[in-house]
Amino acid sequence: MSQPIDTAAGALPSAVAARRRRERLRHGAFYLALLALGLVAPLFVYPVFLMKILCFALFACAFNLLLGYVGLLSFGHAAFLATGGYVTGYLLASHPGLTPELGILAGTLAATVLGALFGVLSIRRQGIYFAMVTLALAQLVFFGYLQAPFTGGEDGLHGVARGELFGVISLRGNLSMYYFVFGVFLLGFLLIWRTVHSPFGQVLKAIRENEPRAVSLGYNADAYKLVAFVISAALAGLAGATKTLVFQLASLTDAHWHMSGEVILMTLLGGVGTLFGPLVGASLVVSLQHMLAQSPLGNWVDVVLGAIFVLCVLSFRSGIVGEAVKLYRKNFK
Amino acid sequence: MNLHKKPLTVAVALVSLAVMASAQAEISDGEVRIGYLADMSGTYRDLGGPGGLAALEMAVADFGGSVNGAPIVVFSADDRNSADVGANTVREWIDQRNVDLVAGLVASSVVIAATRVLEENGGLGIVSGAAASSITNEHCTPNHIHWVYDTYPLANGTAKAIVEQGGDSWFLLTADYAFGHALEADVTKVVEENGGEIVGSVRHPFPTSDFSSYILQAQGSGASIVGLANAGADTVNAITAASQFGLTQSGQQLAGLLVFLNDVHAMGLDDTQGLLLTTGWYWDMDEASREWAQRYFDEVGRMPTMVQAGIYSSTMHYLQAVEAADTDDPATVRATMAEAPIEDFFARNGRIREDGRMVHDMYLAQVKTPEASTGEWDLYEILSTIPAEEAYRPLTESQCKLVNR
Amino acid sequence: MTTLLGVPIAVFMGQLTLGLVNGAFYALLSLGLAVIFGLLKIVNFAHGAQYMLGAFAALLSMRYFGTNYWAALVLVPLVIGGLGMLLERFLLRRIAHLDHLYGLLLTFGLALIFEGTLVNFFGVSGARYATPEALQGGLNLGFMFLPTYRAWVLVAALGMCLFTWFMIERTRLGAYLRAGTENAALMQAFGVNVPLLVTLTYGFGVGLAAFAGVLAAPLYPVSPTMGSSLLIVVFAVVVIGGMGSILGAIVTGLAMGVIEGLTKVYYPEAANTVIFLVMILVLLLRPAGLFGKEA
Repeated sequence: MSQPIDTAAGALPSAVAARRRRERLRHGAFYLALLALGLVAPLFVYPVFLMKILCFALFACAFNLLLGYVGLLSFGHAAFLATGGYVTGYLLASHPGLTPELGILAGTLAATVLGALFGVLSIRRQGIYFAMVTLALAQLVFFGYLQAPFTGGEDGLHGVARGELFGVISLRGNLSMYYFVFGVFLLGFLLIWRTVHSPFGQVLKAIRENEPRAVSLGYNADAYKLVAFVISAALAGLAGATKTLVFQLASLTDAHWHMSGEVILMTLLGGVGTLFGPLVGASLVVSLQHMLAQSPLGNWVDVVLGAIFVLCVLSFRSGIVGEAVKLYRKNFK
Repeated sequence: MNLHKKPLTVAVALVSLAVMASAQAEISDGEVRIGYLADMSGTYRDLGGPGGLAALEMAVADFGGSVNGAPIVVFSADDRNSADVGANTVREWIDQRNVDLVAGLVASSVVIAATRVLEENGGLGIVSGAAASSITNEHCTPNHIHWVYDTYPLANGTAKAIVEQGGDSWFLLTADYAFGHALEADVTKVVEENGGEIVGSVRHPFPTSDFSSYILQAQGSGASIVGLANAGADTVNAITAASQFGLTQSGQQLAGLLVFLNDVHAMGLDDTQGLLLTTGWYWDMDEASREWAQRYFDEVGRMPTMVQAGIYSSTMHYLQAVEAADTDDPATVRATMAEAPIEDFFARNGRIREDGRMVHDMYLAQVKTPEASTGEWDLYEILSTIPAEEAYRPLTESQCKLVNR
Repeated sequence: MTTLLGVPIAVFMGQLTLGLVNGAFYALLSLGLAVIFGLLKIVNFAHGAQYMLGAFAALLSMRYFGTNYWAALVLVPLVIGGLGMLLERFLLRRIAHLDHLYGLLLTFGLALIFEGTLVNFFGVSGARYATPEALQGGLNLGFMFLPTYRAWVLVAALGMCLFTWFMIERTRLGAYLRAGTENAALMQAFGVNVPLLVTLTYGFGVGLAAFAGVLAAPLYPVSPTMGSSLLIVVFAVVVIGGMGSILGAIVTGLAMGVIEGLTKVYYPEAANTVIFLVMILVLLLRPAGLFGKEA
């Protein structure tokens, strides 16, 4: 699949190739600027707040992989976030010798397994039915965590030690913790970038646009969707595991269906199907919640979020990043 | 390695001693900063919420707005009943704003998370809203005080009084989460110790809106008392359903274990009359309470709950301790607070124990009949007082790490 | 005492009756959702909020205008239904041509706005709405004491369900509606005002939610959050019945009420969850739901 595209690029007239190169250069500069911003940000903004944004951004990116690139709206992604968090939290709290990266790995793995299970049960359904099956499964998971003794039920799971990365680097300080979270986020982001730009990602997009046609071309659409679902679940679990390490606790809030709704809002606001949309959306929603919670308007959080939902759906469905890209294309190309 | 490290350790110790010494003689940043953390928009909003913030601001204003010349600054945040939002906010207040006292603290899950952050960072918190007695038991820290009530006196007060009056067979409706289980365990213990018997129980999901099925099971059990080991909307829904199904007409009696003034006010006296409950304070219990409650009512437009009154009382006590110690250093203030007994419109025979529990007199109350009530907020009749030293879990049974046994 | 499955027969019968009452209630709520989805293809996530608005409208009109229960039962659905028509005309219509998911997201946002606003004005404790004089007291069924009002809810909800089913499946107006959703352009050519029909249908679905809200007002404390926890249960009912199937919603609603009622006896902790288990099982065996047709 990738080869024909490459040869086609090679056969392009030189003017077009030069434009492509400039384009690529511009993109590279943009990425580097963002990376630099991520590296210096904790010197200016409170690191724990940034870590929260990064965790939710990773969660939203994972969700977006499914909605934006496969066209599946999952209403049960909270289950993966919570599973990553609970498993990591439980292991780290009960096994003091365990290093944080192993804890996170275990949490991510658990979410991956759960994702495979959800996927097998739901992937044949489409549209609203898919959303409802994932919601129902997530409700069962919520019930499980409410009942299971190890989660602490309503009280939550507390006392998760940040510990030492690889047994060497202490994550107790907010700065070192931040760079670790930043690294985790980059890793997840790169994986998504790689998935989307791979031949595999191209097939996903083909399925999103016209599933019967993709099937008639010989692709096993269900298998492709299942793999995408599992990757998305794993990354959501990674986000939850990292979040638990940052806040040193895991709670039922992460498993509640409102969380599944919140991640939809983040993705929608930032831009469905754009790479940076979820990052922008998560930053905005988290900042907004944060600002509203500490202001006299605190009681109006839900109303404001609801209004954003309505506004997004009515007037800018491609989200902030989507609209920005449109604007850029119109004026610079 | 060790040789290299030693001088450094000594130096660090000296510096921190110097810092501590200087902190002891003054108020950090020249301001006393109080952060109010509570559910401002969800299930527990009416219990503490914006009304609790109003009580806190009243206390600050009554104190004169400053302590030994240092102004008192109040800020607030909504914890949305979420442990991670709560813990995150407290962490930020400590890191970014150098907060001196975290007040409010309503949902138990938020409290357990927030007090851990306080402990790690050497802060100070006063818990006014949460119910779980574990907050000063297995979850105790030297960095928080639990002010108004907890599940132990609720069970100890209500259940004991009812068994002594002859209500010896019980059916329990328990909210299926940690708080409900803890309350169920406390009630079972009290009932059995006093010669009663638990003939059945049902654990309902949290939250539940339709209690008719559980009420029917309670009616079928033949128990003389139906105990409600739940809180908030669940209790309200259960009492409503009990009234619709004629539970009390068929000879059974309801016992609310955690019932707040705002719940009774919302349900009305028709459904709640005769309900026995334990409370830490009631606005109409004496002259001092009435006087304060009237001022609060003029300001807010509702009568205060025991939580809101407790927020005023605890803030006052805190500010007095800061003034007396002339510092807002958490450990010093905590020690100063524990030295002084607490006697105000809210607390009688109050003192802060080493586990952080502020013990004070509790009251057994009964909800008035519509005929006996003279006004919108005339809801309880105080039946008896449970002395401070008997109401709470004795330290001999404590699992708190701060208690020497 | 005679027992059935380990429970005294009287208790069992009592739970069955209560299950039916709750089931009729679920049926009424899911019916509104099913009408809106079946005919308009809108996933109405604001249904819970509209149900809550119905209960609040009954409470406030009683408090400020002295409107009694019976008047509220007629007027409130009309008023809230009218509000629904405004929402359809000015908001939902603008996204009618898009994927269904946008409708879901828009109505989800609306629900947040309604609930959040009322929380700020009325708090969350909830208020009591007195049971109407004529329906106080109870009936002794031999095996249980059934409050008259619950019996009335069963009758009223089932009556409204049958009426709606008859309207849509057996009348000319219903036929227009169904035809209009199949082929709007053709119906328009025949001189039928399809957009108006759509607006009216959404209004009717919302009116059903408000009707359920008024019915619920004397049963549960009226609070801004009363609809949100019910919403996903009702959604599950609709999905199990088959999205858009009127009959499916009614039958499934009743069945789910009974199943939930029995769960409350045997494994009460799972009472809020059992419905999702049923939903997964049904969708695995019959992907379009019990009464739905696979698209």
